[in-house]
Amino acid sequence: MNSAPAIDDDSSSLSPGRLACFRFCKNRLALVSGLVLLALVLLVLIGPALTKYDPNILSDQQFAAPSSAHLLGTDDHGRDLFARVLHGARISLLVGIVGAGVSLLIGVLWGAIAGYVGGRLDNAMMRFVDVLYSLPSIVFVIVLITSLESIFKNWLAAIGSPSLASASRLLLLFVGLGAVSWLTMARIVRGQVLSLRKKAFVEAERALGISNTRILFRHILPNVTGVVIVYLALTIPSIILYESFLSYLGLGIQPPQASLGSLIAAGAAQINPIRIYWWMIVFPAGFLGLTLLALNFFGDGLRDALDPKSE
Amino acid sequence: MYYVKRVIALVPLLLVISLIAFVLVRVAPGGPFDRERAPASPEVERALKARYHLDQPIWKQYLIYLGNLARADLGPSMKYRHHSVNDIVKQALPATLMLGALSFGFALGFGIPLGFITAARKGHWEDYGGSLVALLGICIPAFVIGPVLVMIFAIKLKWFPVGLWGSPMHAVLPTLALGLFYGGRVARLMREGMLGVLSEPYITTARAKGLAERTVLFKHAFRPAILPVVSYAGPMLADLLTGSFVIENLFQIPGIGVFMVNSSLNKDYTMIVGLVILYAVLLLVLNLVVDFLYSRLDPQVKYE
Repeated sequence: MNSAPAIDDDSSSLSPGRLACFRFCKNRLALVSGLVLLALVLLVLIGPALTKYDPNILSDQQFAAPSSAHLLGTDDHGRDLFARVLHGARISLLVGIVGAGVSLLIGVLWGAIAGYVGGRLDNAMMRFVDVLYSLPSIVFVIVLITSLESIFKNWLAAIGSPSLASASRLLLLFVGLGAVSWLTMARIVRGQVLSLRKKAFVEAERALGISNTRILFRHILPNVTGVVIVYLALTIPSIILYESFLSYLGLGIQPPQASLGSLIAAGAAQINPIRIYWWMIVFPAGFLGLTLLALNFFGDGLRDALDPKSE
Repeated sequence: MYYVKRVIALVPLLLVISLIAFVLVRVAPGGPFDRERAPASPEVERALKARYHLDQPIWKQYLIYLGNLARADLGPSMKYRHHSVNDIVKQALPATLMLGALSFGFALGFGIPLGFITAARKGHWEDYGGSLVALLGICIPAFVIGPVLVMIFAIKLKWFPVGLWGSPMHAVLPTLALGLFYGGRVARLMREGMLGVLSEPYITTARAKGLAERTVLFKHAFRPAILPVVSYAGPMLADLLTGSFVIENLFQIPGIGVFMVNSSLNKDYTMIVGLVILYAVLLLVLNLVVDFLYSRLDPQVKYE
C-alpha cells in the first residue's frame, strides 16, 4: 500500500493497462477474491487426483461423518463427498465459464451489428432484446431448457451415439443458459459501438476504403474489450447460480453426474428429524457460496479498475 | 397520459411474449400425451388432440388461444384434466404471492434500516458488523440458506415447522430464506445511496446551519438516498416471485413453482404458456409501478 502515492504521482507516464492493474491491486478485497478464485480453480483441477475415491462409486459406508478416511463424509449411497464436491464444482464452473462464453458470443455479435449498422435493423434488433428482457428469466430458462432438451434428444438419436447422452446435458446447459444471459451484454456493446462509430478514426478508415466487417471487428471491437471483460466476469457467477438453481429443481445436471446445485438438493432431501447429515449440505453449499462471493468481488474489482468512470 | 400509453404498449409486448412461448413449446418434439400411463389407442389420441385443437395448424391454434386469452381465459390444462389453467393459478397463486410479499417486506424492512445505519455510522463497528451481515446475505443463494435454516431452527431447535404452508409459523423460515439475499442487496444499495447523498454540498450546508444530525439524516438525506432501492424494488419483487420456486420445492409449499416445473417437464402446453404470460404481466406491471413511484419521489424525473 505504501507505493500508492507514487503511482498517482507519475500516472501520466503509465499505460492505461498498467494503471488498471495498479487500481485492481489497490483493491484489497478484489485481490483476495482473485487469489481465492485461483485457489478454488486449482483445487477443482488437481483436487480429484488427490483423493483415492471415485465420485460415482457406491460403497457400504453410507452417511459416514467427516473423518480422516472421508474428508467431508459420505452421502446416502456411500459416495465420498469430497470427491463429489470437487467433481460437482468442476461441472458448475465449466457451465459458468462456457455459458458465459456463449452469452459473450451472442451478445457481442448482436450488439456490435445493431450498433454499427444502425437504423431500422438496430431498432428491430434492440426491440427484440427489450421483449426478451420483459420475460421473467427463470421462467424463460425453464421453458427453453425443457424445449431444447427434447430437440437435443431427437438429434442425438439421429446420430445414434448413446455415449453422448451425458455430454448432451452439459451442452444443453451451455446453450440454454448462454441464450438467456446475453441481453445486457448486447445492450452494453451496442451503446459502445454506437459512440465509437462516429469517432474520427472510423471515418478515416472509411475514407481509406476499408471494408465494414474489417472496421467493425478489427478496429471497433478491440475498443470494447474492457467493458466486455468486466461484464463477462459478472455473468459467470449469475450463470453458475442459474445452473445450480436448475439442478436443484432437477432440470439441470442429471444423476449420477453432479453439480453443486444437485449436491445441495441431495443434501436437502436427506433432512429429517431423526439424524442430521449436515455435511451433505454445508460443504457443497459452502463451496458454492465461496465461489459466488469470490467471483462477484473479483468482477466488481475489475469494473472499478477497468472502468474508473463508473464510480 | 404517459402511463396510459405505457399500459397500451404492454398489449403488443404481451402478444409477442405469448407467441414466443407458444411456438417454443410446440416446436419441441413430444407432446402432452406422450407420457400417459397406458399408451393411448390411435382413436383416443386423435380424440384428445381434437379436443385441445392440437390437430390444427399452429397458427390456427395460436388464434384460438388468443381468442380465449382476450376473455382472460388461459385455457384447459392438458395434464390436469378437468382443471383449467385459471383454476390452478387461482389455487396456487395466493401462496406464491403471499411468500413473495412477505419476503419483499422482510427484504425492505431489514435492508433499508441496515443500509441506513451502516452509512450513518460509517467506519464504526456498526458499519463493519452490518456490512458483513449484508455481504453474507448476498453471497448465499436462497436454496443454500434454506436447508441450513431448516436444519437449525426446525430440526435442532424445533421452533418452526419443517415445511408446508398455512399458519404464520409456517411462513417464517421460507420468508427468511428467500428474503435474506434481497435484504442484503437492499442494504448495500441503501448504504451506497446514503453515502452518495451525505457527500453532497447541501448536506454540509444543513450541518453548517447547526441542524441536529438526526434531522439531517432523516429529513434531508433519506429521501434521495432511497431512490436506488425504489428502482431495484420492481425487479426484486419479480425475482422474489420466480425465485420462490426453489423455496416452494424445499418447504413443500403449494405454490406456482411446482406447476411451472412440472408443466415444462410434462409439456402441458397451455399451462406453460399461461404461466409465462402470468409472470410477464406481473413483471411488466411491477416495472410500471416502479417508474410511477420513482417520478413521485424524484421531482427531477419527468416522463414524456
